[in-house]
Amino acid sequence: MNPETVISVDNLAKRYVLGHAVPYTTLRDTLGQGARRLWSRLGGAPTVDSSREEFWALRDVNFSINRGEVVGIIGRNGAGKSTLLKVLSRITEPTRGRVGLRGRVASLLEVGTGFHPELTGRENIYLNGAILGMMRAEITRKFDEIVAFAEVERFLDTPVKHYSSGMYVRLAFAVAAHLEPEILIIDEVLAVGDSAFQKKCLGKIGEVARGEGRTVLFVSHNMGVVANLCSRALLLDAGRVVRDGPANQVVSAHISTNTKSAGAVEWPGTDASVTSERLRLVSARLLVAGQVTGDVPIDQEVTLEYEFEVRAGRGSVTSSIHLFDKQGVWVLCSGPASAELGPGFFRHQVRFPANFFNDGLYTLSLILLTNVTQIQVHKRDAISFSVFETGVGREEYGGIIHGCVRPVLPWQTGPVSPAPPHA
Amino acid sequence: MEKPATPELVLEAGRSSRHYWADLWRYRELLGFLAWRDIKVRYKQTVLGVLWALLQPLVTMGIFSFIFGTLAGMGKGDARYPLVVMAGLLPWQLFSAGLSGSSGSLVANTHLISKIYFPRLIVPLSALAVALLDFLVALGLYGAMALYFGEPVAWRSLLLPGFMLMALLIALGAGLWLTALTVKFRDFRYIVPFLLQVGLFLSPVGFRTDVLPNWRDLLALNPLTGVIEGFRWCLLADAPPLYLPGLGISLTLTAILVITGLWYFRKTERQFADVI
Repeated sequence: MNPETVISVDNLAKRYVLGHAVPYTTLRDTLGQGARRLWSRLGGAPTVDSSREEFWALRDVNFSINRGEVVGIIGRNGAGKSTLLKVLSRITEPTRGRVGLRGRVASLLEVGTGFHPELTGRENIYLNGAILGMMRAEITRKFDEIVAFAEVERFLDTPVKHYSSGMYVRLAFAVAAHLEPEILIIDEVLAVGDSAFQKKCLGKIGEVARGEGRTVLFVSHNMGVVANLCSRALLLDAGRVVRDGPANQVVSAHISTNTKSAGAVEWPGTDASVTSERLRLVSARLLVAGQVTGDVPIDQEVTLEYEFEVRAGRGSVTSSIHLFDKQGVWVLCSGPASAELGPGFFRHQVRFPANFFNDGLYTLSLILLTNVTQIQVHKRDAISFSVFETGVGREEYGGIIHGCVRPVLPWQTGPVSPAPPHA
Repeated sequence: MEKPATPELVLEAGRSSRHYWADLWRYRELLGFLAWRDIKVRYKQTVLGVLWALLQPLVTMGIFSFIFGTLAGMGKGDARYPLVVMAGLLPWQLFSAGLSGSSGSLVANTHLISKIYFPRLIVPLSALAVALLDFLVALGLYGAMALYFGEPVAWRSLLLPGFMLMALLIALGAGLWLTALTVKFRDFRYIVPFLLQVGLFLSPVGFRTDVLPNWRDLLALNPLTGVIEGFRWCLLADAPPLYLPGLGISLTLTAILVITGLWYFRKTERQFADVI
């Protein structure tokens, strides 16, 4: 093994057994299974336990990482990124394969793990430091630095339950940032906090890796951050490493493979969830530049169209869309004016302007109505799409730009002269 | 800069760390911090605060002295009967607080277990440390009572730490079993309070075993019997001599409980994060 290698992963696989319906195993289940096993051993017909299902979160994962590398791990939700981090940080053991680690590992899978709301900032620094594997003397030595980084001097003796969420995150990250591990594992923790602090954290991560020769593993959904911060990236898909190389190349590969997501739905005539006596939803699709796609560049227009059938009768028909972002925040409602329609097939179409959505996943519910207010069909999560960044309006900022929408507004900068009287 | 070659840590299925006990030592401060956190947070937003640690044993002692000493007539007019009850209540309380704390400890710390690595044994151990603190408060209460009743201090009280340790070990052994089982089967949450309720009456807390000579061996099957008798022997000047065969049984059972508890805990520990 190369002496510079600090992480080596060989044929790593992780299996989870999914139980349906009951979140926790109860004693009765286990006794029941025991009885079934006994029954089949005694010569009875084997019974299949259909409530258990296997799920391979990781399969045949191979890679090795050298000292001082900053590696981004990207992929869709459920691709196995978090599981990989959990195995590497020794929280869960692999089902197969082998991981070799050289050096002290610190993992930051969540901001403020172990913070207790009733304890003060000062007390939580010690508690959290100990949880992350620091010694008391080490924490005392870095205490002032941590407090200064977190900018919470005035509130050190206030219980953290009274902290604003920004202060809370700053304090938590500050403790973690002052660990001195050889290997630092970070999961999407920067998705919180204000932009200025995010920038500071990213700077700290970069500094840790470049200046001090530490190895950083970093999971993020933010492609801009990965491309800026990491020298190398691993792309995971369905539990496998499908790409491994320079960060910017892997990031662009990820954005283009993502285009596989459908962007079009058709409902069979037998689907009761889209059918009422009067109306039936037939299909829906999203179009960017005339192409059907579920992946929308942030700076391009996207067209939504859906078709429906008036099955019987004649009267006032309309539709409505409910749009939600990935946190479930209701972004907007919209719909066309009602029209007198008789039996037949019809299409509604709407165009969203470029630079309107923020990046991330959006979900649409489609509603068909008669007489303006009578809901005939309400298809929740009918179609979804993801908006991805192309770098518009970012300049050198690599953090998250918050909000449901991200319009490009006509900003102006100008001098003030003469200087205002109170200046 | 030339660094000495760092030893490689290997993670594989079914392979538990060879450095487990060294890790446990390295994380000893975390044990202290977790116990300190629980103690610190314990009486926040309560009016009585630490008085709760005194009130509970006092009330239980009063009720037991009345039921066993007066109603059941086991006190035989002994004015010091409350002291006898209190000497039995001390180890019981240490055990029951240790057991209920440690058996619920893993589930109570789910957020830590699913997000960070450390030897999981730290969690139930820190719960025992919390129970030990409550015990020390109650021991102070006993001291005050002993002064009031004019009980002389016997040289045997030097052996008290031995019996304290035994009570802690019983709580640890049972606690390890129960907390590891609770991770998978939440049923055990409901078993613990019931077990403690029954155990309080099956253990000689409110009565002395020398008044029931025929039952002594049967009572010794409860490892706490040995501990409670030991406490009385250490603390009370007129206590009967230790019943050694009974103590032997209690010690053996304690050892079995701790060893099997550790075995089961270590066996299941690696999957805690997946099932919790």
